[in-house]
Amino acid sequence: MSIKKFAVAVYDDEAVLFPAVKKVRSAGYKIHDVYTPFAVHGLDVALGQKESDLHIAGFIYGITGTCTALGFMGWIFTTDWPQNFGGKPHFPLPAFIPITFELTVLFAAVGMVLTFCYLNQIMPGVKKHIFHPRQTDDKFVMVIEVNDTNEAETLAMLQSTGAELTETQIAESDWWYGRFDKKEDYEIQQQLA
Amino acid sequence: MHLKYESIIREPLVDGNKTYHQITEDICAPIEREPSKLWRLGFLMSLSLLGFGAFSIVWEVYWGTGVWNLNKTIGWGWDITNFVWWVGIGHAGTLISAILLLFRQGWRTGVNRAAEAMTIFAVMCAGQFPIWHMGRVWDAFFVLPYGNTRGPLWPNFISPLLWDVFAISTYFTVSLLFWYSGLIPDFATLRDRAQTKFRKMAYGYASFGWAGSAKHWQRHEMLSLVLAGLSTPLVLSVHTIVSFDFATSIVPGWHTTIFPPYFVAGAVFSGFAMVQTLLILTRKILKLEEYITLGHIEAMNKVIVLTGSIVGVAYLTELFIAYYSGVIWEQEAFRLRVLGPYWWAYWGMMLCNVVSPQLFWFKKLRRNVWFTFFMSIIVNIGMWFERFVIIMSLHRDYLPSSWSYYTPSWTEVAFYLGSFGLFFTCYFLFAKYFPVIAIAEIKFILKTSGDNYKKDMEKYEHQENEVFLAEQSHHH
Repeated sequence: MSIKKFAVAVYDDEAVLFPAVKKVRSAGYKIHDVYTPFAVHGLDVALGQKESDLHIAGFIYGITGTCTALGFMGWIFTTDWPQNFGGKPHFPLPAFIPITFELTVLFAAVGMVLTFCYLNQIMPGVKKHIFHPRQTDDKFVMVIEVNDTNEAETLAMLQSTGAELTETQIAESDWWYGRFDKKEDYEIQQQLA
Repeated sequence: MHLKYESIIREPLVDGNKTYHQITEDICAPIEREPSKLWRLGFLMSLSLLGFGAFSIVWEVYWGTGVWNLNKTIGWGWDITNFVWWVGIGHAGTLISAILLLFRQGWRTGVNRAAEAMTIFAVMCAGQFPIWHMGRVWDAFFVLPYGNTRGPLWPNFISPLLWDVFAISTYFTVSLLFWYSGLIPDFATLRDRAQTKFRKMAYGYASFGWAGSAKHWQRHEMLSLVLAGLSTPLVLSVHTIVSFDFATSIVPGWHTTIFPPYFVAGAVFSGFAMVQTLLILTRKILKLEEYITLGHIEAMNKVIVLTGSIVGVAYLTELFIAYYSGVIWEQEAFRLRVLGPYWWAYWGMMLCNVVSPQLFWFKKLRRNVWFTFFMSIIVNIGMWFERFVIIMSLHRDYLPSSWSYYTPSWTEVAFYLGSFGLFFTCYFLFAKYFPVIAIAEIKFILKTSGDNYKKDMEKYEHQENEVFLAEQSHHH
C-alpha cells in the first residue's frame, strides 16, 4: 500500500485517447495506467504492453485436467479396484474420453479464471481507487505518477493532448480490502485539508 | 487507425442516436428504477410456482419415487424428458456467447448476456430431475468418486450416466464462469453510478473491484476468447453425452449413431426458441428495442429454421434407417412411434418442429415479433414432444404382459411446473438486478454497427479503393 500523487487526464473518446497516448509516451512520460469503459482494441499495443500469456496458463491447466482424469480412472480400474463390466477391458480408453474431455475443460476454465483474478488482483471485497466516476461509463482516463517538481509540467503536457479535464489526485496506487460505499481514511483527510 | 468501417449494407445492431453514455443510461435504467407492478406480479407468480414444485418434491422424497407413475417398462418418464428438454434449452446461450464469438458475429453482443443467463438457469432446472429421481436423494453424493468405506467402490466411469454427471456439472461451472467474467466490468459500471449506499456496496462486491485498467482489459479479452474456445466443444459434448444415455443402450429406437448430432441440433433449436421467448418480452418490458433489434430476432430465426430442418432430416433418416436395417424390433419401435398409442406426441413433434419452422423462410414472418414469439413457444412444445416420443419408446418391450400406457401423476406435473418456477424466479431476479445486455460489449461495437455511426460510412461506400487506401494510410 502506498499513497501517491497522480496527474489525471480524462478523454471523452478513444479517438482522442490514442494520439494522446502516443504523444505522452514519445515525450518520455511513464504512463501509470489507462482506464477505459470497454476493451479498446490496440490500446495495449499503443501502451507498449506485451501480449497476455493467459492462454498458456490455460493450456497447462487443461493438460493437468487431462492427466488427472486419465490417471485417476486408469489407476482405479486397473490397480485400485478392477471390476468386470460385462467383460470389457480394464483400460477402455474410448469410454474414458468423455470424462477426460470434461475435466480438461473444467480445469482449464477454472484455472484460467482464478489466474485472471489473481493477475488483475480482483476479488469480492477488493477495492481500488476510481480516478473518475465515469471511467466505467464513457470516459477514458490516463494516469501518470507525478511528484511536486514535475506536477505542473505534466499537467500542462496532458492539457495539450486534448483532454477534457486534467487534475492532480492523491490516491492509493494499489488495491486494498474495502467497501465502495465507504470513504477511506486518506480520502477523508484530503477533503479536510 | 480510428476508422471502423463496416459496409452500410449490413443492418445496424444498435438503433437510435447512441453515445457511450446513453448506452449505459439505457441499460442501467431498469435496474435503478423501482420494480414495476408487472415485475412484482411475475416474480410472485414464479415464486409460487417454485413453491408448488418444492412441495411436490417434498412429497416425492417422503413417499418415494413410487408417487411418480413410472412402471416396469417406463422407468424414465417426465423427469428424464424434462431433464433433456431443459439441458437442450441451455445450449443456445453457449452457442451465442461462445460459437458466435469465435465466428466474430457482432449481433451476439445484444443477446449474449440474457442468453447465457438462460443457459445457467436452464441447466439448474435440468439438474433437479436426475437428482430427485434418485429417490434416496440423501445418497446423491454416491455419484462422486470419493474415497469411501465400501471397498472403496468407485462409480462406474464407463457408464454414460456418470459421464452426464461430469458433463452437466462442468457445463454449469464453465457457463457460470464465462457469464460472470463478462459481468464483472458491467457491475463496475453499476457500482460507479450507484446513488444508494447499499447498491454501491453490493455492486462493489459483485464487481470484484474492477477499475477498467488497460492491461486488465487485455487479459479479459484473452480470457473471453479462450473460454469461448473451450465452451464451443464443451457445448457440443454435453448434448452428445446426454444422447449417449440413450444411444449406448440396446433399446430399439435408441441405439442409433445419429443421436449425438441430432440431439445437438435439437438443443440449439429449442434453445434459440427459448431465447426468443425471453428476449421478445424482455426488450418490450425493459424498452430495449434499440439494442435487441428486429435484425437480432431475424438472425435467431434463421438459426431456428436451419436447426429445425436438421432435426427434420434426422427424423426422416431415423425412419429410413429403421426400415433399411431390416431389424424387426427397430421397425416395430418406429411403427409404434408413428402409429402407436403415443401417435399424438409423434405428430405433434413433427408439426411443431419440422413443418411450422419452415414458415421462417419468409422474411416478413422472420421479422414479425409476435409471430416469432408464438413460434418460439410452438418450437419448445415440439422439442418437449421429441424427448417424450424418444422416451416413450419404452412403453412396449419384448414381453407383451408388461406393455403399458404411461401418464404422469400430479407430482410429476407439479415438479415440471416447479422447474418453470425456478427458471423464471431466477430470470426475474436477473432482469431486475443484472444488466441484461453486455454494456461494455455493446460499446465496443457501437462505432462499427451503431445506426448513427453507420451513416458516416456512406461517404466511403462509393470511394475508389485506391483513394480510400491512400486516405486512410495517410493517418498513420
